[in-house]
Amino acid sequence: MFFMDPFFWDLFVNGLLIGSMYALVALGFVLIYKATSVINFAQGDLVMFGGYIAAAGLSLYHLPLWVAAPMMLALMVVLGFAVERGILRPLIGQPAVSVVMVTIGLALVFQGLAAMIWGAATINLPLPIPLKPFIIWEIYLSPINLVAAGLCVGFLIIFVYFFRRSRMGIAMRAVADDQQSAMSVGINVRIVFALSWAIAGLASGIGGIVWGNMLGVDTHLALVGLKVFPAVILGGLDSVPGAVLGGLIVGGVESVAAGYIDPYVGGGTKDFAPFIIMILALMFRPYGFFGREIIERV
Amino acid sequence: MINRECGVYQTTYQGDMALYPLPLAKASYGLLLLILLALPLVADSHSMAIVNLIGLAAIGAIGLNILTGYTGQISLGHGAFMMVGSYTAAILSARYEMPFWVGLPAGGAVAAAVGAFFGIPSLRIKGLYLAIATLAAQFIIEWCINHIPWIGGGAQSSIYVPTPTLFGWPFNTEYRRYFMILPICILAYVGAQNLVRSRVGRAFIAIRDRDVAAEIIGVDIFRYKLLAFAVSSFYAGVAGALWTYYLKIANYEHFILSTSISYLAMIIIGGLGSVLGSVFGAVFITLLPIVLVYVVEGIARLFGFTYASIADFLANLRLIIYGGLIILFLAIEPEGLYRMWGNIKRYFRFWPFSY
Repeated sequence: MFFMDPFFWDLFVNGLLIGSMYALVALGFVLIYKATSVINFAQGDLVMFGGYIAAAGLSLYHLPLWVAAPMMLALMVVLGFAVERGILRPLIGQPAVSVVMVTIGLALVFQGLAAMIWGAATINLPLPIPLKPFIIWEIYLSPINLVAAGLCVGFLIIFVYFFRRSRMGIAMRAVADDQQSAMSVGINVRIVFALSWAIAGLASGIGGIVWGNMLGVDTHLALVGLKVFPAVILGGLDSVPGAVLGGLIVGGVESVAAGYIDPYVGGGTKDFAPFIIMILALMFRPYGFFGREIIERV
Repeated sequence: MINRECGVYQTTYQGDMALYPLPLAKASYGLLLLILLALPLVADSHSMAIVNLIGLAAIGAIGLNILTGYTGQISLGHGAFMMVGSYTAAILSARYEMPFWVGLPAGGAVAAAVGAFFGIPSLRIKGLYLAIATLAAQFIIEWCINHIPWIGGGAQSSIYVPTPTLFGWPFNTEYRRYFMILPICILAYVGAQNLVRSRVGRAFIAIRDRDVAAEIIGVDIFRYKLLAFAVSSFYAGVAGALWTYYLKIANYEHFILSTSISYLAMIIIGGLGSVLGSVFGAVFITLLPIVLVYVVEGIARLFGFTYASIADFLANLRLIIYGGLIILFLAIEPEGLYRMWGNIKRYFRFWPFSY
């Protein structure tokens, strides 16, 4: 049986670790969708931008990590604020296609800007983490994957705490639930909109560090954002636990599928399998595992 | 279209819906056709190539506008449907030695079938969810063409096709290819204009404006949504097949996700829900990089840079301007170039008494 096979578990566990990194990016995406109903096609480009800032700080300007990382996160928060205030807010009330196109336009601008400022060549993002893998029962676990997964889990816990306990977090949940009622009890919806973009920027920044360390930083890093769509559709577009579960499933499935199918078709399964699951999910359960079910009947 | 319209006092619905609201309109269309036919007499080979590219882009953009602009279904998979048409035509012409006038409609038909299949989720999902579903169509079709050797032709996924000929007349120069593209372009334009003012077109618009209301007045939503997907993909397929015959090679790299995005940009900049707007958008997006290269290269020369040293800068600047224009148009003139054209026309209609 395949589940007795260490090869399967090797693929699966490593897939889950990668999946936790997808979950982090998906989290920012869901947050923006939940609060502002904007599908953000520039999520991957935010990740790329974060990666670029960190990599440029570490490799080009030779800053120590404890300076570069907080600086990058602060810049990403500011960037999130700026995008919401300058570009998305004037478009409130426009049809969906316009808002989607604006985020696509943003994605193009980010790619052009990043390559123009820091050059198109791949930049290393070195982190002080050993390369030698741990081996447990023939499963190879590379330290960077574990650190990345740890970072992601840590961020998720802080995030959940923020949403459950803090005043602002509860206000954000209220706005996501019902904008008008939230306004009528005195919640400042504008600040919530801006804050959700800022937190999404923060999540993308952390994503940028871990993804940039794994893949190297160039404009292709933005492709990570495309994998977010299967994850969030699977979990439900407006559900935070759904984004995490979706990310883990996408990571596990793409890794296992690539391991078993790639030898027969010559590669590329990784970029393809998650979208097959997504189409199936859209056909049978379009609101995902935990998404809010919108019923429209006449 | 280009004439000054005044004295439009229609008293019948037929008159209101007519393709030419005034006799003068007929004349101005005729004049435009004459100009298009006479274009090869004055243009050099390089400008003809640009005109041909505009023609190819216009067909695809009109198709996408029928789906997104008129029916309100966002599609990020337009490039993939063009890919289907392109490879269908290439397989027919290269392996079965079919002439191009078989390959074109066949490419359209196969793309229409594939497009209708990927339109099936639109029954249950709409708006943003549909945009993501069509994104999946883009990746799945691209993967299939790249990994099934029978379709993609194995290595590099390229299929070479012979020069298309009609009655022993080969389309082997830019001037001759112009006369391969122009008739199809005109057919596509007139076909779309007629479609959107017919019963079917009105059903599309009803679905776009309010799907629930459309269903109540008796529009079969599922049928018309699938029809919109099929028609739009047919246009895409024909455009893709024409690309193949124009370049004499079918290659998936011409139809990747960024192609789909640039077609969306065309119809947004040109004007959603306007056939003429799609053509404006196609002209704009095709000319943008060319004009940009001229301008930036000219400025760079002034300061003594060579072209090679600014090539990277240009590529990135193009992306930024491209993205910036999309954002700017959506924020300032969401109805696009078509609306601007209308404003200019309105100004001259009342000129010199424009108050």
